[in-house]
Amino acid sequence: MSEPITDDPEKWHLRLYVAGKSDRCTKAVANLERICEEHLAGRYTIEIVDLLERPQLAKGEQIVAIPTLVRQLPPPVRKIIGDLSDEERVLIGLDLRPRP
Amino acid sequence: MRGLDEVLNGGLPSGRATLVAGGPGCGKSLLALEILVRGYEEFGEPGVVLTFEETEQELRDDARSLGFDLARLEAEGGLAMDYIEVERDRIEQTGEFDLEALFIRLQLAIDSIGAKRVVLDTIEVLFAALDDTAVLRSELRRLFRWLKERHVVAIITAERGDGGLTRHGLEEYVSDCVILLDHRVTDQLATRRLRIVKYRGSVHGTGEFPFLIDDTGFSVLPITSLDLDHPASDDPVPSGVAGLDAMLDLGGYYRGSTVMVSGAAGTGKSILAAHFAAACCARGECTVLLAFEESPAQIVRNLRSVGLDLARYLADGTLRIHAGRPSQVGLESHLLRLYKLVDEFEPRNVVIDPITDFHGQGTTLDVKAMLMRMVDLLKRRNITGLFTSITPATGAEDPIVSSLIDCWIQLRNVELRGERNRSIHVVKSRGMGHSNQVREFLIDDAGIRLLDVALGPEGVLIGRDRPKAGET
Repeated sequence: MSEPITDDPEKWHLRLYVAGKSDRCTKAVANLERICEEHLAGRYTIEIVDLLERPQLAKGEQIVAIPTLVRQLPPPVRKIIGDLSDEERVLIGLDLRPRP
Repeated sequence: MRGLDEVLNGGLPSGRATLVAGGPGCGKSLLALEILVRGYEEFGEPGVVLTFEETEQELRDDARSLGFDLARLEAEGGLAMDYIEVERDRIEQTGEFDLEALFIRLQLAIDSIGAKRVVLDTIEVLFAALDDTAVLRSELRRLFRWLKERHVVAIITAERGDGGLTRHGLEEYVSDCVILLDHRVTDQLATRRLRIVKYRGSVHGTGEFPFLIDDTGFSVLPITSLDLDHPASDDPVPSGVAGLDAMLDLGGYYRGSTVMVSGAAGTGKSILAAHFAAACCARGECTVLLAFEESPAQIVRNLRSVGLDLARYLADGTLRIHAGRPSQVGLESHLLRLYKLVDEFEPRNVVIDPITDFHGQGTTLDVKAMLMRMVDLLKRRNITGLFTSITPATGAEDPIVSSLIDCWIQLRNVELRGERNRSIHVVKSRGMGHSNQVREFLIDDAGIRLLDVALGPEGVLIGRDRPKAGET
């Protein structure tokens, strides 16, 4: 999606689990890309996993809800479910903003 | 599964969902698991477990205690498990979502083995993990519809709730069949009971059915089979005491009937019962003796002193002694034990010594219900049953039991002028004539022997009043 910048020590790797091209999933992808551009420009990668194509991947990260965003890097792993329409809560969930 | 199909009048609804609800530790998961295992073992229907509370390995360990080898089933393609872990505190929620991934995982598991049965144990864990109950409810509705469309037998477990059947009202979605499990302790005795609450489109046994979980899995005891339609045999079964046979017009008890030998302590009930057992074994008839007061070794030793050699029959397998304190287990367990012994050995005769030890194991009603079911079980299989009953010091006989009994033999101690003598008489014997005499009997190293009636001017003479040899 976006080119990682290798010399930045704080690399972000985000994985978004979707199921097909439903409105909700398309919205989640768009929201994620926008938020990342705004707050993590230049230091993130996004991986989209479509469980309709690769259903066996759901078990590995205990995915139940769709869409689910998983922060792979930096540790620790964080999970956010939903279409990511509430930017504030996405930022909190990603630890980009302190919890209220 | 033993008894459950009978209670459900044929089995679980095919292609529908069944809800198993109950408090913690009442056996919901094990019941669900056993339905899957039996589905595969007995009907070749593979099954899927989505487990929300225990890992796959924990389930395998649990199942082993019931004698099920889940790992083998998995290897054979009869079972697929998926542990679904939802941890609330690691999940942030922003915006709309659904549980499509859960469907995808379930579909994957079903497809991997061609599953016909699905267990969701316990799906309501999701309520604790996800805040948005509106979404959750609509997704559950979708899930149960989805399961129905796939024509799988679904078993959903749920925690018992205070207000409704389940804590989160899952019964709203699963309307086909609801099985309630209950584990209650009364008078320090635990009993497990099962009840069918709702079952659309089919009749089922109402009321509560006791059940047991042991190393062979679940057993449910249907009460509904108390229709009086058992066979009635014309064949006699000798009592083992020639003099007693002579008092019964048939020359013994009816095969498949229920005999009670009652009497106070020390009147010789157990010995009379042992005569019966030994005579049955001597004819090669498999006989089960349930003893509640003595160990098998003690029984064998004591009976040797009256000339009865039970060790021989134990050795050749015709006699099976099952001894245990009655309070070791609940009432239901006694009944189940009998069921199992009867299934395993297919005995033609069963001796229970004594049935009075069941009292104190439950209310009078409970005891009667259980005895009735024991009698029913034996009659159904045309097994002759002989129960001993200890008459309390007050001398009052137990009316609840006597109505279940076909043939009632009473033993008495007759104390007269410094002597105790024993007497025997037949109180009733359904379907045959019997002697009305009260006979004196002796117990010596040849066992029980009825003495001829000696009549004096004022009636029957017993003990030292009998005329000496050659005096008559």
